[in-house]
Amino acid sequence: MNIPSELKYTKEHEWIRDNGDGTATIGITDFAQGELGDIVYVELNDTGESYGQDDVFGTVEAVKTVSELFMPVAGEVVEINEELENEPELVNEDPYGKGWMVKIKPENPDDLNSLLSADDYEQVIA
Amino acid sequence: MLKITPFNEVHQQAGAKLIDFGGFEMPVQYSGIKNEHEAVRNRAGIFDVSHMGEIMFAGPHAKESVQYLTVNDVSKLVPGKAQYSAMCYEDGGIVDDLLVYMLDENEYLLVVNASNKDKDLDWMISNNPHKAEITDISDETCLLAVQGPLSVQILQKLTDTDLSEIKFYTFKKGTFAGYEDVILSATGYTGEKGFELYFSSKKADPENIWNRILEAGADEGLLPAGLGARDTLRLEMGYALYGNDITKETNTIEAGLGWITKFDKGDFIGREALLKAKEEGAARRLCGFITDSARNIPRNGYKITDVDGNEIGFVTSGSQSITSGIGIGMGYVKTEFAKSETLIKIQIRKKLVDAIVKRPPFIKR
Repeated sequence: MNIPSELKYTKEHEWIRDNGDGTATIGITDFAQGELGDIVYVELNDTGESYGQDDVFGTVEAVKTVSELFMPVAGEVVEINEELENEPELVNEDPYGKGWMVKIKPENPDDLNSLLSADDYEQVIA
Repeated sequence: MLKITPFNEVHQQAGAKLIDFGGFEMPVQYSGIKNEHEAVRNRAGIFDVSHMGEIMFAGPHAKESVQYLTVNDVSKLVPGKAQYSAMCYEDGGIVDDLLVYMLDENEYLLVVNASNKDKDLDWMISNNPHKAEITDISDETCLLAVQGPLSVQILQKLTDTDLSEIKFYTFKKGTFAGYEDVILSATGYTGEKGFELYFSSKKADPENIWNRILEAGADEGLLPAGLGARDTLRLEMGYALYGNDITKETNTIEAGLGWITKFDKGDFIGREALLKAKEEGAARRLCGFITDSARNIPRNGYKITDVDGNEIGFVTSGSQSITSGIGIGMGYVKTEFAKSETLIKIQIRKKLVDAIVKRPPFIKR
């Protein structure tokens, strides 16, 4: 199971990467994409919207199931991964890379520190 | 404690993802639902469906008993023929859908859904006025489905019985992979050519049969396929799934199973209620529909509305068609909306999306 140590995680299987420029990138974990199976559609809300922590910012449709996407921290969505529109399978193939979902401007960058570390997350899915 | 089939270990070795299905630990997928689905549509796939229940009716009154319990006409069967049927409650609600195999003059094999097996068996035993001998042989009975355009040529390598002579919904007992008394049944739940193989784990080595089929199909690209692909394959054909599209709350008439409900065969459980439903016309009807895009994927429980947004029914099964890429589904709607080409809408999260009623199959055959 691939759980990069430089990322932060949530119990709902999102990861978040601090980009060091006031933005952070969000996606779902390798474990999550494996559990969902073949992903056939990723619905992401428009950029420019602000969300609180745990708010739904989109939906992932796999062949068998639907799963909502939750904001790991409060913030404004500044970019969405438009590649996923035509290639939702990127989430299966490269969940921490090309399968990223949104970039946000966190309301408070320190909020990331309160999320799960890779070790913590490994315990969650153990 | 989940039950397992004799193939549990080979599933694990093959890297299957196992889930609880009908009280059994079953493979939902191996290499991925899309990949397995495409293998079955284009080449061949093998499914372990040993979780299904098998119940034997025997004795001089076996036929009358099955005739009384099921809605289809058992007298149309001859030894070697199978029939799709259902059992209903007095009010016409469906106990289960099932296959009836006529093995012999006084011997019928009924194949039922895993999750309903205990309920079905109780129902059969308590509605057996003709005193057939009813035996549950589910535990010792293995069932493998081998389906797909190349499935017949693959299976033919393992048996002397000429499979091309076994017509759809008929079967033969034969020697398969060296084991005697295997039922070779030209049936399935995928819409492709193929066979379902029934054999006793007491007389045959299940793992060996599984491995021999995989070997025989290696050149043709046969893949093990799980319940996930089984579901998307059946949905593309519009085959009903018990628990989703048919339940005890739905009768065979509104479920579009009038074709298996034979009123002229004499008495059977549910006859009166079903006849009434047929004569009066059902208020709602199970129909198939497609959405306008790959993104609009219907799911069980979603609301169906008319074009003005008034609620007219609900979705019972839905997915993205792996073959065509568009959203497909089935659901109950008020009967006046059930005609082919009627425009309807499906509520997907906060949006109402366009859909159109279509008669399945949803793929070209």
